Amino acid sequence: MTIHNMPSSSTGNGDPDAFLVVEDLNVEFPTPDGPVQAVQDLSYRVGLGQTLGIVGESGSGKSVSSMAVLGLHDAQRSTITGSIKIGGQEVVGLNEPGLRKLRGNAVSMIFQDALAALHPFYRIGAQLGEAYQVHHSSASKRDARRKSIEMLDRVGIPQPDKRVDDFPHQFSGGMRQRAMIAMGLINDPSLLIADEPTTALDVTVQAQILDLLQDLQREFNSAVIIITHDLGVIAEMADDVLVMYAGRAVEYGPCKEILVAPEMPYTWGLLSSIPDVMADTDARLIPIPGNPPSLLSPPSGCSFHPRCVHVDKVPGALCATTLPELLPGGRGPHHLKRCHLANPAEIFRTEVLAEIAPKMVEEN
Amino acid sequence: MFAYIIKRLISGVIVVILVSMAVFALFWFGPEDPARPICNQQTGNRCTPDRLENFEEQMGYNNGFVSEYAAYAKGIFAGRQMEIGSTQIDCDAPCLGYSHRTFNLVWEELIDRVPATISVAAGGAVLYLLLGVPIGVAAARRRGTLGDKLLVSSFLVISSVPYYLFALLAWLYFTLIWQVPILGDSGYTPLTDNPAKWFGGLLLPWLCLGIFGCTQYTRYTRGAMVETLSEDYIRTAKAKGLKPSTVVYRHGLRSALVPVVTVFGIDLGVLLAGTIFTERIFEIQGIGRWGLQAVQSFDLPVVSATALFGAIIIVISNLIVDVIYSVLDPRVRLS
Repeated sequence: MTIHNMPSSSTGNGDPDAFLVVEDLNVEFPTPDGPVQAVQDLSYRVGLGQTLGIVGESGSGKSVSSMAVLGLHDAQRSTITGSIKIGGQEVVGLNEPGLRKLRGNAVSMIFQDALAALHPFYRIGAQLGEAYQVHHSSASKRDARRKSIEMLDRVGIPQPDKRVDDFPHQFSGGMRQRAMIAMGLINDPSLLIADEPTTALDVTVQAQILDLLQDLQREFNSAVIIITHDLGVIAEMADDVLVMYAGRAVEYGPCKEILVAPEMPYTWGLLSSIPDVMADTDARLIPIPGNPPSLLSPPSGCSFHPRCVHVDKVPGALCATTLPELLPGGRGPHHLKRCHLANPAEIFRTEVLAEIAPKMVEEN
Repeated sequence: MFAYIIKRLISGVIVVILVSMAVFALFWFGPEDPARPICNQQTGNRCTPDRLENFEEQMGYNNGFVSEYAAYAKGIFAGRQMEIGSTQIDCDAPCLGYSHRTFNLVWEELIDRVPATISVAAGGAVLYLLLGVPIGVAAARRRGTLGDKLLVSSFLVISSVPYYLFALLAWLYFTLIWQVPILGDSGYTPLTDNPAKWFGGLLLPWLCLGIFGCTQYTRYTRGAMVETLSEDYIRTAKAKGLKPSTVVYRHGLRSALVPVVTVFGIDLGVLLAGTIFTERIFEIQGIGRWGLQAVQSFDLPVVSATALFGAIIIVISNLIVDVIYSVLDPRVRLS
């Protein structure tokens, strides 16, 4: 498996003509207890052939923002502002027929937990064929079936001409996820959103699924968004990484940058809490203290400050009073971070790395 | 699948046999002597203990429960000879005895009344499904809106009214007070005699059953639909770019129907076993009314027959529900 070795200038991050351009996206859900700000001021770009990884805890707005790209939020139960452009076409405020033309066609989504995401009462072939026929109105049932078998074969399902008539519960977990991917790719989408595609799969199957996604991306040259809370998946797949916390982007930049030189304490926390089989036994696994904030009454200032162990390094009570902007830090214009810390690189090296990987600090 | 149906049929037969025994025993050991109604009638209400003893002897009630139940069971399959007073009657199989009130053969009375009950039950059931399911789906799609809330609460009010009151009021207004043509002339005419009259006479009973029953079906369907529409596979269906109606009906309703079908099967069975209030209020000679009269006059053979009929209908409708269930849900099919 290889990480795409693109020069950082060609990543979607800085490309104004990227296939998917999200700008100042806000998603709000009114609830009886008040509005929930699920996504706030989110901006990102993904170019064709590029992969953006979105990382964050449960409830950080990863899935909500991606579902907004497909317009899957009920207009009556959500307020969406900002701009989402797919291949130049504005999606926010687009009418239902317009959205339907995009869904499953130019943009498709692969969901986590394929057992729940596939209809239990319909055969795999019927579900794939339906996805094909809805965007190919002239295709017959037989065409749809042939296409379904072809796609199942493409994603590595053995005996696809037989398995096409199975029900989802007759597939194994990995095969179901493959079938989901086949369904997502059946109309050659230019943008594929994979929402935790490997959650609930065992590690060897995870690796196969990620491999498959990379192969297919290379073949179809599509833009891919992969949503995960697994930094291992990010390291494997992503060109760019967007770290989300409490509905906001807190760090955004090329994958290598974010993983090697993160500048935001939340990203440090994520890195510190990954177990590593290869690590020496002195390395410690450090959880992020506290719980994700309530989106009904988010903390003042930086929403991470109640859990941040570096708050006292910022003069005054800036973290508690002022929301930091998402701005370039000390690593160049492509690496954005939302943090008041003045010297994050130094703190990362001396405090975070020293604790999780002491050897790396010595080597430096 | 076939083996499953056979297994279910066998357990169904056992249920039916047990029900028939229980009903037989209930009257046999009950507070009223089953021979007394016939004794009263034959002697012009001068039924002395001697005469009662005589009738008991003649009707076999002195033979003991087991031997009399055996004779009854044998009659169902092979027919039997019976006596009323001094007359002998041939009761051919399936012999359910003769009514102690009318002295007609129970089987013939049953056959006479079944079409009326089926007409009432089938029409009512079709109506409450046709009304309840679409209204429930519509409410689920608009859940939380003012229309949904109004509908749910008004249906709750309707279904909190006792059914007999609901039907009685309908009859009172449409037939007695307003005297609405067609609707007001309720009653049962066999379909084969006069289809138009059959339809007209049953319209009000159907509407009563339908409107009252659909409130429940709306609630079941709405509940099941709300749950289904929040399933992941519905999100998948939307993400494919399917039309909202395809998402709701093909993907949503198919799953939501499973619990509704289960309730419907049981309800239909209960309806077919006799719609007592409907038949009583609208003067329809069906199984329900027949059973009611039989209970009031301690007409043991008729009571046994209605109970037996009801048990068979409910066993069959449950079996049909299970078969439909497995057609709807492939996961059931294989296990």
